[in-house]
Amino acid sequence: MIIKILGPGCANCVNLTKAATVAVAELGLDATIEKVEDYAAIVGYGVMSTPALVIDEKVVVSGRVPNLAEVRTLLTAASQ
Amino acid sequence: MSIAERIPTTTRGRVAILIAGVGLWALAYWVNEWFWDVVLYDAFGLDPKSRVTETIHFFIYDSLKILLLLAIIIFASTVLRSFMSVERTRAFLGGKREGVGNILAAGLGVITPFCSCSAVPAFIGFVAAGVPIGVTMSFLIASPLVNEIAIGLLLTLFGWEITALYMVSGLLIAIVSGWILGRLHVEKWVEPFVFDVKLGGQVIDPSLGLTFGQRMQMGVEEVKTIIQKIWIYLLVGIGLGALIHGWAPADFFTTYAGADNPFGVLIAVFIGIPLYSNAAGIMPLVAALYDKGLPMGTLLAFMMAVVALSLPEMILLRRVLKPQLLAIFITTTGLGIIAVGYLFNAILA
Repeated sequence: MIIKILGPGCANCVNLTKAATVAVAELGLDATIEKVEDYAAIVGYGVMSTPALVIDEKVVVSGRVPNLAEVRTLLTAASQ
Repeated sequence: MSIAERIPTTTRGRVAILIAGVGLWALAYWVNEWFWDVVLYDAFGLDPKSRVTETIHFFIYDSLKILLLLAIIIFASTVLRSFMSVERTRAFLGGKREGVGNILAAGLGVITPFCSCSAVPAFIGFVAAGVPIGVTMSFLIASPLVNEIAIGLLLTLFGWEITALYMVSGLLIAIVSGWILGRLHVEKWVEPFVFDVKLGGQVIDPSLGLTFGQRMQMGVEEVKTIIQKIWIYLLVGIGLGALIHGWAPADFFTTYAGADNPFGVLIAVFIGIPLYSNAAGIMPLVAALYDKGLPMGTLLAFMMAVVALSLPEMILLRRVLKPQLLAIFITTTGLGIIAVGYLFNAILA
């Protein structure tokens, strides 16, 4: 599984990266987490509100920081 | 476990916790002044007439009052604005002409939830949707200038007339500045890569498909995030306010920046531009200076300069705008703020 965090590196992006890292560890998933900070690449996903969470090239959340429980649910759904 | 995760999951539970929260808030707001009277003057036996204790009382009472006001303003505006999004605004603005587009964009700038860290992707997205540059700029100017926290605080501290004047003049600055930028055909001063980027995939609208619980959770998180970010500005602002309130001679500020000083507004704007703070941090200072007789136009111009023109946002926008365009943007917005300051001083005198 490839998880991407889209955003220029503001506080929200850091929070989302933390939540994703913790959720991956808790669920014991085999996943890599990448940061995408390039604006052209971010917009390339159709995202105009950062931060955004992309799982296997699909945007699942944008414009807000989901809490840990929600990230866990999203990752579980995507891994099945 | 974060606070948000402890919010009950049933609708009835959520409504109950919302009502309980509002009730607790109202109680805390209502007893705030009386409680500190009792603690400081009765329990600790401090002299209510002493200047030092009065300053301490003002500081504690005012800090809590502003924090309580902030919490409810941020919560309510976040929940309400979660129904709007930059994506929806873009869809509204696509294909709109200049003029009408500038007016719409400024209005939407106020109600759309928008973090300045999204300024660049939003700018690219607007341009890709065919929104004219001037209209896009009206949105980007109105968003920080007519700030929901400032509206809430002005309304509770100064009443609706000043709040309305603030909103109308902020919108006018955004509309006119954006329109001027459009007339100047500034496309040549936009970084060329902006026009090459394709908005890929399907545009995701974050305002859709949220449950009421998620919107409440966003409200709670936003209150936490903003207060964590600005508490220091807030305490410095209130501290300065308390000092000015208790110690500055009554005519100290009016001598230098009163209504009869023709340069008052200019000076306020030049001090305000390099200062970077949130509307919430600046408001206690504004209230204290107003008490000391500074004219409202000068103070509003100061506040607008602090929130609308900030170095961090300029650095972000530099990624998509060339220096020439940034300079015109700062000049038109700055001149607009100065004009509003003088106009207010004339109206409210």
